[in-house]
Amino acid sequence: MTVLFSVFLLTLLVITAIAAVQSRNLFVSVMLLGIFSLLIAANFLLLDAADVALTEAAVGAGISTVLFLGALALTFEREHRPTPHRWLSLAVVFAATLVVLYATFDKPKFGDPGAPVQVHVAPWYIEKTPEVIDVPNIVTAVLASFRGYDTLGEVFVVFTAGIGVLFLLSASHGHAAQRRPDNGDESKIGLRNDLIPRVVGRLLVPFILLFGLYVQFHGDYGPGGGFQAGALIAAAVILFALVEGEERTLEAIPRGALLALMVSGALLYGLVGVAGIFLGGEFLNYSVLADDPIAGQHLGIILIEAGVGLTVTGVLLSIFHAFAARDRF
Amino acid sequence: MQAVLDIISWLLLTAGGAFVLVGGIGALRMPNLYTRMHAASVTDTVGAILVLGGIMLQAGLTLATIKLAAILLFLLITSPTASYALANAAMIAGVKPEAGRAPDTEHDS
Amino acid sequence: MELLGIYHYWVFAVLLMIGFYAVVAKVNLVKKLIGLSLFQSAVFLLYITMGKVSGGTAPIFLKDMIDPVFSNPLPQVLILTAIVVGISTTALGLGIVVRIKEEYGTIEENEIQEIDRR
Repeated sequence: MTVLFSVFLLTLLVITAIAAVQSRNLFVSVMLLGIFSLLIAANFLLLDAADVALTEAAVGAGISTVLFLGALALTFEREHRPTPHRWLSLAVVFAATLVVLYATFDKPKFGDPGAPVQVHVAPWYIEKTPEVIDVPNIVTAVLASFRGYDTLGEVFVVFTAGIGVLFLLSASHGHAAQRRPDNGDESKIGLRNDLIPRVVGRLLVPFILLFGLYVQFHGDYGPGGGFQAGALIAAAVILFALVEGEERTLEAIPRGALLALMVSGALLYGLVGVAGIFLGGEFLNYSVLADDPIAGQHLGIILIEAGVGLTVTGVLLSIFHAFAARDRF
Repeated sequence: MQAVLDIISWLLLTAGGAFVLVGGIGALRMPNLYTRMHAASVTDTVGAILVLGGIMLQAGLTLATIKLAAILLFLLITSPTASYALANAAMIAGVKPEAGRAPDTEHDS
Repeated sequence: MELLGIYHYWVFAVLLMIGFYAVVAKVNLVKKLIGLSLFQSAVFLLYITMGKVSGGTAPIFLKDMIDPVFSNPLPQVLILTAIVVGISTTALGLGIVVRIKEEYGTIEENEIQEIDRR
């Protein structure tokens, strides 16, 4: 039965991708990209990747769509003229497709437990996780503890992207003052005039925040963790900003607080690593953080996941405000 | 007892699938933006209730049923709001609720 | 099962090339970014497909599991990182596009090259 689902979803993926690339109206393309993200998240779930599906749905279908729409609001919403068909590009792409299709015949058999990718390091991780870390979610254990360095690098990449966007979009612009036609006109701000989205939005924000916190701290026991939680909490605040307007959101969570979130998350991660050195172990060795190595691992994982969640929330919200408040930054 | 539950959930799932199909066909064939939206909203509400109801019967009285009920509640709160927001935005943008093609500028996709 | 695997890999190939075509051949900068996003998602699909073990479940230890067969957790960790890095890149790219629009007044590549040539 799942074979049918898989085939159906994969076909829909291809159709959505072609439609997203072909459409001249960029709003349509962005919406189709959101649908594409949701479909591929469903596919990941069918392939037993629960954490990845959650991340793709939260980040790809949620935050990415909002960022694209924010950028489109500041640029144009359609392509200027239809792209002339680039025959050379089409030919090259077609030839490359044939090469990749030919290569698929040598790929390991789907689901084969003896494939090379399944027999080298993965069984070691699966075996060692209950012994060394004792956390039910193997993906979190590997991400946070066994491969903690990679996650440290990832947090810093997210942080750098946040700083980069702030640098790019916070230079004040000459036309800024002229682009606010409704100065002080309360009813045009956000969706204040529309009762239904406003009521439902304000009803939902606390529940989404609660779910974000649940996902953050439950990453050890089920799919979840810092990245998904950061995206969910950012989505809740973005919903609030869409309904209530930029100013009230910036009053609620000022820009300084967002910068503090960004920085403190990355700093927390680094400090946990350095604490490992001071307590006698190596950098990012959590076993020395408490008396019992397994308790130390648990403490380390909770702290760094919190750091990841803080940084991701701060960065995503900073980027959203950078786009949405372009003429006021 | 299990057989009765199975038959009822089978009926619910089939009916839900039929409504989703009807919603999809309607979204393609209806003449105007508003009527198309109305057809699509059938998917979100009736379709969701029937399909999730069928799955809940299959799950029995476990934690999964409560989670499914929570998902259904969330869907029922957000989907009609989304349809309203879309229709409102179309109204403000000037799309008139009359038969004939919705006057999207240079409809070309 | 064999055919399903081949279908997964073919869909990966097609999605990869759709994204690649958008990056290479489309003139609008936002369209290029959309193509880049599609390209990245295709690569994620490839990795997760290779990690699947038939008869396996998600790699989470549940209570009362006897001899569980797990799908490979390593590609999932890798792709988790990759998704977040992908959106960071997209956000930065969109910031650059907005600045280009403000400086040049257009986001079509050929028009930008025209303005540069003058």
